[in-house]
Amino acid sequence: MPLYLNDEQQMLRDTARDFIAEHAPVAHLRKLRDDDNPDGLSRDLWKSFADMGFTGILMSEQDGGLGLGHVEAGIVLEEIGRNLSPSPFLTTAVAAVEALKGSPHAARHFPGILSGTTIAALAIDEGPKHREHVALKAERSGNGFKLNGRKRFVQHGHIADLIIVAARTAGAAHEQDGITLFAVDPTMPGIQQDSQRLADSSIATSATFENLHLDADAVIGEIDAGHDPLNRLLRAARTGAAAESLGVGAGAMDMTIGYLKERKQFGQTIGSFQALQHRAAHLYSEMEVARAAVIKAAQLLDSGSEKADDAVSVAKAMTTLATTLAVQEGIQMHGGIGMTDEYDIGFYMKRARVLAEMFGDANFHADKLARAAGY
Amino acid sequence: MTDLDQFRTETRAWLAANCPLEMREPIRSEKDAVWGGRDQSNLTPAQKSWMDAMAAKGWTVPDWPKAYGGGGLSPAETKILREEMAAIRARNPLNSFGISMLGPALLKYGTEEQKLDHLTKIAKGENRWCQGYSEPNAGSDLAALATSAEDKGDHYLVNGQKVWTSYADKADWIFCLVRTDKTSKQGGISFVLFDMASEGVSTKPILLISGYSPFCETFMDNVKVPKENLVHEENKGWDVAKYLLGHEREMISGMGLASTGGNPLIDGAIATIGLDHDGRLADPLLRASIAMFEVRSKAFGMMSERFIDELKAGRAHPAQPSMMKYYGTELNKSRYELMMAAGGSDALEWESDASSGGATPRAWLRTKANSIEGGTSEVQLNIIAKRILELPSA
Repeated sequence: MPLYLNDEQQMLRDTARDFIAEHAPVAHLRKLRDDDNPDGLSRDLWKSFADMGFTGILMSEQDGGLGLGHVEAGIVLEEIGRNLSPSPFLTTAVAAVEALKGSPHAARHFPGILSGTTIAALAIDEGPKHREHVALKAERSGNGFKLNGRKRFVQHGHIADLIIVAARTAGAAHEQDGITLFAVDPTMPGIQQDSQRLADSSIATSATFENLHLDADAVIGEIDAGHDPLNRLLRAARTGAAAESLGVGAGAMDMTIGYLKERKQFGQTIGSFQALQHRAAHLYSEMEVARAAVIKAAQLLDSGSEKADDAVSVAKAMTTLATTLAVQEGIQMHGGIGMTDEYDIGFYMKRARVLAEMFGDANFHADKLARAAGY
Repeated sequence: MTDLDQFRTETRAWLAANCPLEMREPIRSEKDAVWGGRDQSNLTPAQKSWMDAMAAKGWTVPDWPKAYGGGGLSPAETKILREEMAAIRARNPLNSFGISMLGPALLKYGTEEQKLDHLTKIAKGENRWCQGYSEPNAGSDLAALATSAEDKGDHYLVNGQKVWTSYADKADWIFCLVRTDKTSKQGGISFVLFDMASEGVSTKPILLISGYSPFCETFMDNVKVPKENLVHEENKGWDVAKYLLGHEREMISGMGLASTGGNPLIDGAIATIGLDHDGRLADPLLRASIAMFEVRSKAFGMMSERFIDELKAGRAHPAQPSMMKYYGTELNKSRYELMMAAGGSDALEWESDASSGGATPRAWLRTKANSIEGGTSEVQLNIIAKRILELPSA
């Protein structure tokens, strides 16, 4: 398969680009923030995503979805990134759908996701840095399980209708075996969520689980073999975060190049200065390489390739590197105006930093690649 | 089974039957690469048999038309062939500036006679070519070149000097930029071909910091070049030169790709430094540097695949080779800096048998030219800024 978008994918990109730029441009995020909106996002926008069919991209046609893949999900995420649109698309329509696919939970939750009424959150991380450790305990209790422990960085957890929780039913924190994945209703007693607004104005929670009783049917997949749906979830979420990050970087770069063509100093357009041209051209190169990594990872995921894991880590690490450069160069090349809240470029820097931490930063994924390569 | 699946099956079987086992070993030194040419006495039987078998299928140049010695394969078939070759770690059967640089230019600008003659010989590895572009006073400012070609009716009389001519001392023919009009800078350049055995041509190797002499000075003293060896029109050579430079940059960018079969950087680091009890390279800071480099290296491999796919489909920006050249060469320099760090004092040995005659340090020094030859990194950044990002001129 060639590494570019086919005709249908380009049409989807054009549709997503127009739709998201019209309904959720950066001004939409700015207003949510200025209003101190307690949800951190617009549920109406989520419903309109559903009307466009976006929420069912990764669901099969039998399930009522579009039966498309990660390339297409990435197309939507890139536009979300480019417009900094606050959306539960990544956690819900990508990560949760991948985890629930093929399980009885699909029938329960997919209709709500399809209609834009269900928002899903992921309770995976336990410390301030993403690691492949799961320590939160799930002990057998009666006909089900009793959960005790704490999760961090649960995005959209405060408004979620469904939380996917990775818990430890056997073995030690670092082991793959002994993880069990649960689909949890956040309104149940035994869950306490503490909401925090983050640098990019999004909201994530710390979720404390204290003797939360779950029936056995809350299990996603097999008991002790939750690494299977969890890995599926993580591969999809990392690739999706890479695509969103790519969009953030591309948006920041476009803004910056546009500014270089407008701003005049010393009687000239500053984009004519070689010092700035070289910085811009270097940034362009990094972004192009990152774009290749994103589409490669998505294609390999869609074809079920065994090489997908490596490509996913390359994509997440590379977009993090390139987008970090894009937002830093963005502010530097905008000069003083780039430091003002009134100007949008700062929003790009904040969102890029949050995405960098999601599902493993560049160091995490470089380390993962190194371990896989035996060093 | 689709046609492409069938092509893959047949290709896999043919490669298995025709690629000698020796040609599936990693390239270890310069002499492992096959360049073709009139003198093939230094080729091993395996090298010769692999080159000839591939040439007979047209697969030394799989996407060229069959009429000119190519395989006539579609972009999708060419990609499959490349993948199947990589799967058995098959070496490139023939390296050639004729394939990577002159060929594409002749396909676009050559006359039918030029194509039939030169392209078929390039495809079979019968002629080795070199490139006469740079001059002592025309480096980054290539269009300032002064080598003159005087119109003498049925031929040009060429006088002047070229420099940095790769393997001029080993080449059979040269494609050369000459000045046919002094009144116009870019508009006074013509693109000609001539036999290096012509009277008046002489070469002098240049000793480099690596201790090797891959480049030469090339002198032309009243060299007669028949008019039929003019490519495209007189004074329109700059168009051909630019088109060819795009392909040259594409080729040089390939240096940024990791070699197939093993990873000398990682293997080398493990060999000299060792692994700790967790299976990690025992030097954590070097490990981090290598790991972060590998992210870029793997991503650039994906970029190369994307670039070729877009190029074949006519979707690549015409200046995209500049981006590939810039990124690939800077990456290759980083790779060799890390290989030197990973090798420690072992990688300093210049002559020992254990170091294959200082292969690593010499290759490290050689990479420093990557970001100079074929247009410096700074020239590529200028091109990206102006042609892709459309930033204004000063």
